[in-house]
Amino acid sequence: MSDRHRREWIYKLCTYGAIVGLFAFFLQVQNQADEYQIRILNVSAIFVTLAVSYNLINGVAGQFSLGPNAFMAVGAYTTALLTLSPAEKELSFIIEPIIWPLSVLHLPFLPSLLIGGAFAALLGFIMAFPVFRVRGDYLAIVTLGFGEVIRVVANNVQSITNGPLGLKGLSEYTNLWWSWGVAVFTVFCVTRLVKSSFGRAMQAIREDEVAAAAMGINVFRHKMLAFVVHAFFAGMAGGLMAHLITTISPTLFSFFLTFNLLVIIVIGGLGSMTGSIIAAIIITYAGEWLRVVEEPMAIGPYNIPGIPGMRMVVFSIMLILVMIFARQGLMGRREFSWEWFCGFLKIGKRRG
Amino acid sequence: MDLPLFLQQLLNGISLGSLYALIAIGYTMVYGIIRLINFAHGDILMVSTYFAYFGISVYALPWWLSVIIAILLTALLGILIDLGAYRPVRHAPRISALITAIGVSFLLENLGLVVFGGRPKAFYRPDFLDKTYELGGVHVFSLSIWVPLVTAFLLALVFLLLYRTRVGAAMRAVAKDMEMVQLMGIDVNRVISLAFAVGSALAAAGGIMWAMKYPQINPLMGIIPGLKAFVAAVIGGIGNIHGAVLGGLLLGITEILLVAFLPSLAGYRDAFAFVLLILILLFRPTGLAGKDTIG
Repeated sequence: MSDRHRREWIYKLCTYGAIVGLFAFFLQVQNQADEYQIRILNVSAIFVTLAVSYNLINGVAGQFSLGPNAFMAVGAYTTALLTLSPAEKELSFIIEPIIWPLSVLHLPFLPSLLIGGAFAALLGFIMAFPVFRVRGDYLAIVTLGFGEVIRVVANNVQSITNGPLGLKGLSEYTNLWWSWGVAVFTVFCVTRLVKSSFGRAMQAIREDEVAAAAMGINVFRHKMLAFVVHAFFAGMAGGLMAHLITTISPTLFSFFLTFNLLVIIVIGGLGSMTGSIIAAIIITYAGEWLRVVEEPMAIGPYNIPGIPGMRMVVFSIMLILVMIFARQGLMGRREFSWEWFCGFLKIGKRRG
Repeated sequence: MDLPLFLQQLLNGISLGSLYALIAIGYTMVYGIIRLINFAHGDILMVSTYFAYFGISVYALPWWLSVIIAILLTALLGILIDLGAYRPVRHAPRISALITAIGVSFLLENLGLVVFGGRPKAFYRPDFLDKTYELGGVHVFSLSIWVPLVTAFLLALVFLLLYRTRVGAAMRAVAKDMEMVQLMGIDVNRVISLAFAVGSALAAAGGIMWAMKYPQINPLMGIIPGLKAFVAAVIGGIGNIHGAVLGGLLLGITEILLVAFLPSLAGYRDAFAFVLLILILLFRPTGLAGKDTIG
């Protein structure tokens, strides 16, 4: 076995080791940490899933979509409608009864989650046809429009979504295994995709669409692929989120969610999956720490009343400042690799 | 459908459409010059209504004076936003500028929530706008007549500015070819500032009339008018001021008629604009009036 082969083999082992280590850590956390800690870890995982898949379309393929909230909504509603038992559904649909096939369907969590993702992917597939006829900022607005349309539809088709009342009483299936399992799976799939010839083609489209087309890349099909994969994982994340907070309604899936994701991938660095993962975790935790700003405080004799909404002010300013002063974000387009890590720790230096 | 009812709804549609048109001009002017979708335009509108609200309800100024001050302050706000947020990213990739604009939009909304509070506030409506006339079975709300009139007046001012003044000519020239205009010795940044000022002032006028129409204001009120006016600008062909007016009227009228005569679709009202947008972009991506630089 050559030196290079052995090295790659070791790196692969390191990766699996790290994943095992991660889950061993969760086993520990599951037993010792309190509910609040576990909840934040779950939310982090969901945002990692979302950010990584969102970065695929925005950062890697360079197609500026503003519609992940639409896919999350579809995934969340589909998953929730499948896991709720027929009796529960009959109870919550008080204004209009639920339509037939949905009223009797009842599936376990994993198939529901996958079907949720599949429905979101299907929506992505259908959306791709009109959406990718335009580019750049038009694309942003059209996808934003689709997000709004989905929300309005969810508000109005009472017999499927229960309208503004939303769906309540979902079982809290999402735990660390599910959320981080899906997150790791997403990271695995997306990074493999980015490194494949498909990923290269997507990056070529990002850099210069005309040149990419001239090199024989089917531009539309690659954009579509990125979009559908993004939609699938965003749908799964939506399903996980629904079963974490156990109540969903159309207002949950507003543009606000997309904004949060945008902050994450911009701060992490558009196009860097490592950056997205780091930023997703940082922003989730920062959101929790910044709750302090919104609560009343007493510093010495002064009482500072809490300022609700301050967190979003901080995030918006952060987004603007990153855009003005550090457009590359945390990672630029760089990725984590064991090679870099070893270099960083100054171990396993190349001989000769 | 009977004629009086139709006329009444048509008037409502024109009134709503002229508001969309006023707001859409701001989008179109800025886009025509620096190719930026000013995402924060709707939120600038929201801030303007709060300026007017403070003038009328807190400082007890006469309403017309408050409105004028609010419009001037909003124009200033537009210039400041351009200076602080957009000018630093002017030569960055367009997506960076768009992200900055989204950031500014969220900043204004959430600062609004922090400073003004989330609870809606009642907005003053002058007496002469609060009357209902009856003409041959048509119920006419006086506000619905005044809004198109004021809009027409402001539009006339904008066209005068664009076609009868030197800065107007400079603005049209910058929209055609920014580098060239720079070489001719025109201060492009001042022209851009002026575009932001005019656009924001029109948004303020539109926003204040919007607030009088639905007499309450809240920090998130700018989102829907902003998005719909943007759709109107695209329908008319973004960058084209005539198109923005046309698109605004078209959107307003179809929206009102749709809701009035197909009440079962009323819940989908806010989605309608986007469906129209998607259709327009599919079949006529440059908009109805075609792509044209300002003018």
